[in-house]
Amino acid sequence: MTTSAIDFTKNPLGTSTTMEDVFDAFELLDDWEDRYAFIIDLGKQLPPFPDSERNEKNYVHGCQSQVWLIHHYEADGKLFLLIDSDAIIVRGLAAIILVALNNHEPRELLAIDIDELFERLDLFRHISPTRGNGLRSMISKIRDIASTEAA
Amino acid sequence: MSTLSVAKITQPLFDVHAVRRDFPILSQQVNGKPLVYLDNGASSQRPEAVLQAMDSYYREMHSNVHRGAHTLADRATSAFEGARKKVQQFLNAPSAREIIWTRGATEAINLVANGLAPLLKPGDEILLSQMEHHANIVPWQMLAERTGARVLPIDVTPEGELDMDSFHSLLSERTRILAITHVSNALGTVNPVADMVAKAKAQGVITLVDGAQAVPHFQPDVQALGCDFYVFSAHKLFGPTGIGVLYGKAELLEAMPPWQGGGEMIERVSFAGTTYNTLPYKFEAGTPAIAEAVGLGAAIDYLATLDRDAMEAAENALLQRANELVTSVPGMTVIGTARHKVPLISFKIDGLHPSDIGTLLDQQGIAIRAGHHCAMPLMEYYGLPGTARASFAFYNTLEEVEQLFAALQKIQRLFT
Repeated sequence: MTTSAIDFTKNPLGTSTTMEDVFDAFELLDDWEDRYAFIIDLGKQLPPFPDSERNEKNYVHGCQSQVWLIHHYEADGKLFLLIDSDAIIVRGLAAIILVALNNHEPRELLAIDIDELFERLDLFRHISPTRGNGLRSMISKIRDIASTEAA
Repeated sequence: MSTLSVAKITQPLFDVHAVRRDFPILSQQVNGKPLVYLDNGASSQRPEAVLQAMDSYYREMHSNVHRGAHTLADRATSAFEGARKKVQQFLNAPSAREIIWTRGATEAINLVANGLAPLLKPGDEILLSQMEHHANIVPWQMLAERTGARVLPIDVTPEGELDMDSFHSLLSERTRILAITHVSNALGTVNPVADMVAKAKAQGVITLVDGAQAVPHFQPDVQALGCDFYVFSAHKLFGPTGIGVLYGKAELLEAMPPWQGGGEMIERVSFAGTTYNTLPYKFEAGTPAIAEAVGLGAAIDYLATLDRDAMEAAENALLQRANELVTSVPGMTVIGTARHKVPLISFKIDGLHPSDIGTLLDQQGIAIRAGHHCAMPLMEYYGLPGTARASFAFYNTLEEVEQLFAALQKIQRLFT
């Protein structure tokens, strides 16, 4: 029942799709509707999340939507993540988080300033500590995973 | 709320645009769009009169109350006790002694639950309903844990009304307390509390009504309701945060032990024994929220300047318009279609999570609430993770209702 390595690594987010792609796309999209349509589309690229992993251990405690997160280390030490949520916007924002944080060694990952990336996209308020949507806890959980390995 | 009648339509129109000018916060832009504030169920906004009353209280009369042989103390005390008198009149309570200041409705319920503990024994039953806010569930569960009593919920019908058959079958000689909400925060249902209180009183049951969601929409009369306790929070009544009200019948309040100990609530302290102050001070340990009480008094005064009937008719019109527009958003379902509702719609849209709706409305300057509304048992009953809730106040306009629906249509286009 364990999720195979391929389920993690065949993810385009953070492999073929990079933050540069996201920034380029945002530059071309000038109204909020187009930007959110793009975010929603990005969320559709999240690989399927295995049903067997939807358990308490993998649950990210947020406020409004349900979020699950699992991880896997490749032989080369790179960390891969899978995320799921029942809210569409949260899925899209999680996809951006994966683009930023997937496919990195733990030390590299910990050096990434996710707040700054979200600031540049004008999406910071979605991950700010005042928004109770679980994205902040999602990011903390990823950083905890990376810290455990990096230590 | 009274039903909309022809007679009321012919009354002078309630000038919502004039009223809006009294609320400075409403005339701002959010995310580049004019703010449409539809989260009044969580907290409403304050009129200029409340802001000014609190400001001038601090500028001109602040001092501690009930002590100090000086002029400022007299001014502060008279403003503070004057506010208590206004609340008494607002609720039509027989005496200002029966008005206890608390931090809010939540604290008021906790105070009562704590005070009734000595009256309960194992096997006694506390009747609530499935639509209660957690604030009117958890304090009773804690009380039940302490005393061995049981908490039983009255069922809700699919339309979101209290199931009266369920109420009648649960009400028994074991029932000691009935604690129900006047208006559901998650659905907007106005419950028939006067009838329920009368039936409970006939069996000697102690009754508490949670008025947090009722007071922003209509003025309750605690003597007509006949309840033993009535609670509300000022911040939902266009007043400050951090203060609320417990109305309680004097004989019950007298019988209840004090809640917190400290200054103000005592008559005499000695290590041989302490005697407690009289009502209402027995329940008000420590320096109270004086400026907040003054602010609440100003909110009540402000409301008194408005034509109640016209205001309620205007609120009804908002609800009616919202209900008419529901079909303009495919896949939208209103949760809670009770016959008697305050202007509030809780809803879901197929394929969207309430948080998606909340986020994308916010982009358009529209503030609503998305989530379980601190009413998890009710959400469980409907099998929903939560709902999106637009809750209106008298300062909302028909145009804002229309903007909400136009925004929902826009969101739906985004997902298809």
